[in-house]
Amino acid sequence: MGRFIYRRLIHGLIVILGVTVIVFVVTRMVGDPVQVMLPLESTPEQRAAFEKKLGLDRPIPIQFLEFMGNMARLDFGDSLWQKRPAMDIVFEKLPMTILLTAVGIGFACVLAIPLGIIAALRPGGAVDRVTVFGSLLGLSVPQFWLGLLFIVVFAVQFKILPTSGAGTPSHILLPALTMGLPTLARLVMLVRSSMIDELNRQYVKTSFAKGLPFVRVVGLHALRNAGLPIMTLVGWEVIRSLAGYSVVVETVFAWPGIGLTAIQAIEREDLILIQAIVFTAAVCVVVINIAMDFIYKLIDPRLKLT
Amino acid sequence: MTPPRTDTLEQALAENRFEWWNSVCELGRELKRDKPGLIGVILITSLVLMAVFAPYIAPHDPAAQDLTARLAPPVWYDKGTWDHMLGTDHLGRDVLSRSIHGARVSLWVGAAVVLCAGGFGVVMGLMAGYLGGRTDAFIMRWIDTQVAFPGLLLALIILAVIGPSLTTVVVVLALNGWMVYGRMTRSAVLSIRQSPYVEAAEVVGCRWPRILFRHILPNLTSPLLTLGILEFARIVLAEAALSFLGLGIQPPATSWGLDVAMGKNYMFMAWWLVTIPGCAIAVTVLAINLVASWLRLISDPQEREKQFARHMAKGMRKNMQAEIDKERQPETS
Repeated sequence: MGRFIYRRLIHGLIVILGVTVIVFVVTRMVGDPVQVMLPLESTPEQRAAFEKKLGLDRPIPIQFLEFMGNMARLDFGDSLWQKRPAMDIVFEKLPMTILLTAVGIGFACVLAIPLGIIAALRPGGAVDRVTVFGSLLGLSVPQFWLGLLFIVVFAVQFKILPTSGAGTPSHILLPALTMGLPTLARLVMLVRSSMIDELNRQYVKTSFAKGLPFVRVVGLHALRNAGLPIMTLVGWEVIRSLAGYSVVVETVFAWPGIGLTAIQAIEREDLILIQAIVFTAAVCVVVINIAMDFIYKLIDPRLKLT
Repeated sequence: MTPPRTDTLEQALAENRFEWWNSVCELGRELKRDKPGLIGVILITSLVLMAVFAPYIAPHDPAAQDLTARLAPPVWYDKGTWDHMLGTDHLGRDVLSRSIHGARVSLWVGAAVVLCAGGFGVVMGLMAGYLGGRTDAFIMRWIDTQVAFPGLLLALIILAVIGPSLTTVVVVLALNGWMVYGRMTRSAVLSIRQSPYVEAAEVVGCRWPRILFRHILPNLTSPLLTLGILEFARIVLAEAALSFLGLGIQPPATSWGLDVAMGKNYMFMAWWLVTIPGCAIAVTVLAINLVASWLRLISDPQEREKQFARHMAKGMRKNMQAEIDKERQPETS
C-alpha cells in the first residue's frame, strides 16, 4: 500500500512537471512573451523594462529554475489582465467549475444507472432500442450547439430560466444539463452493456433460483459487479471536465468558472494566468486519478494496488 | 482443395480482385440486415461525395457576400427565395453553400487526424508490445503520463501561441489522441506474439519490422478500423468545438463550428444560422457512430454468435409454429 501511494505520487509529479515544461517551452521559446503581451506600438525601452520585470532578460535555464521554484510556492506572479495574483483568480473560479461538474455529472449518474439497468433487462426490447438510439443521438450532438438550443428554447421562448451567468440556483440548471447530457449518453451505454454481461452470469441465475427478491439481485449483486467500469467512466468524465473540457459549456453560458477564465486569458494573452490555470488543471487530474484508485479498492477489495 | 496455380501476375491480380469483391458483397449482405448501419453507411457516403464535389453542388460561392440580401430567411418563409434556399447570414452569404463546404473541412480534419494519430499510435503500440523490455516500459510510461495531461487546455494554448490554422488543428488533435491506438495495439500484440505463426516467422529469421507489419498488423485490422471510426466521430466534434471557440479554422475558410459561433450573435432573429450547421455536425457524427456500432457488432465474434443464436431461435420458433399449425389443421377442418 505504501509502495503504491509512493509510486502514484511520483507519477503525479512527473505529470505535473511534464505539463509545466510544455507550457514553459510553448510560451517562452515558441512565442516571444513580450511581443505577445505588450501592444505593437510599445517602444524598445518599454519592452526592455517589461522583460526585466518578468525576468525574461536572463538565460533560459535560469528562468526555468526560477519558474519551477515559484511554481512550488504556488506563486505565478500577477495576472497581466486583472493585476492581481494569478492563483487568487484560480482559487476564486475553481469552485464554480467544481460545482458545475458535480451537478452536471451527478444528474447524469442519477438518470443513467436506472435507465441503463431497465434497458439491460430486456436487450433488444422497445425500451432498450429507444435508450440506445437516444444515447447515440446524445453522443452525436455537439455540446456547444446543445447549449445554444437550450438557451433558445428555455430562456428565450419560454422565459423560464436565465440565459447565462451565475448567481441564483436556477442559473446552474441549463449549464449543468448541457454538461450532463453527453455524459449521460456515454454512461447509459456502458451501464447497459456491463449489466447485460453481468445478468447473464451464473451467480445471477443462482440468486434468482434460491428466491432472492428481484431488486436485490439486480440492484445489489449485479450492479456492484458491473460497478468498476462504470466508476472508471464517471471518474474519467470528472477529470475531463476539470481538465478543461468545461471550456465549451462555460463559454456558451458565461459561467464564471476556470474554463471561461482560461479562454479569456488566452484571448487577452495573459500568459501568467494561463500557466496558473494549466498547473491547477494538472494537479486536479492527478489528485482525482489517485482518488479513483482508492475508490476501486473500496468497490472491489480483491484488487491489488500496484 | 488446393488453390489453383496462378502463372501470371495479371491472373493473380484478377483473382485477388475477385476475392476483394466477394468480401465487399458479403459486407453488403451483412449490412442489409442492420437497418441503422445501412442508414449510417448511406449518409456517410453521401456526405463524402458532397464534400468532394462541393464546388459543383453548392449554388453559391461560400465566401461571396451580398449585403443587400443579409439575414434572408429560408425558402418556406414569406421573405425567403429559392436563390438562398436555407437563408443567408449576417454578411449575406448563402447558408446552404457554406454548410456544403463545411463538410470538406470537418471530414478532411477527421481523416487527417485519424491517419496521423492512428499511424503514430499503432507504430508505438506495435513496438511496445513486440519488443517489450525497456522500449515497452518507456512507451507505456509516456502514454500514461500524456493521458493524465489536461489535453484540451494544452491544445488551446498551443493553438493560441502558434496561431490556429488547418494544419495546426490537425497536428494538435493528433498529438492529443494517439494514446488510445497505442494502448489497444499493444494489448493485441501481446496476445498475438505468442501464436505459432509468429514464432515460425521468427525461426525462419524474419526481422522484427517484417514480423510486425506483415504478420501481426493484418490481424489488428478490424479492431483498429472500429476504433478509428469512433475516433473520427470524436475528432469531428473536437474540430467543431475548437472552431466554435475561435481557435480552430479561421474566418476566410468555412467550418460548421465557425458558422455556429458566428450565427450565435444573430441567434434570436435568425435561428437558421445556428441550427443548420449544428444539425450538419450532429447528422455527420450520428452517421459515423451508427457505422461504428454496426462494425463493432459484425467484427466481435461473441456478438456474432449471439446474433446467430437469435437467428436460429427465430427460425426454430417459426418451424415449430408451422408444425403446430399443421397438426391443428386436420382438427379444425
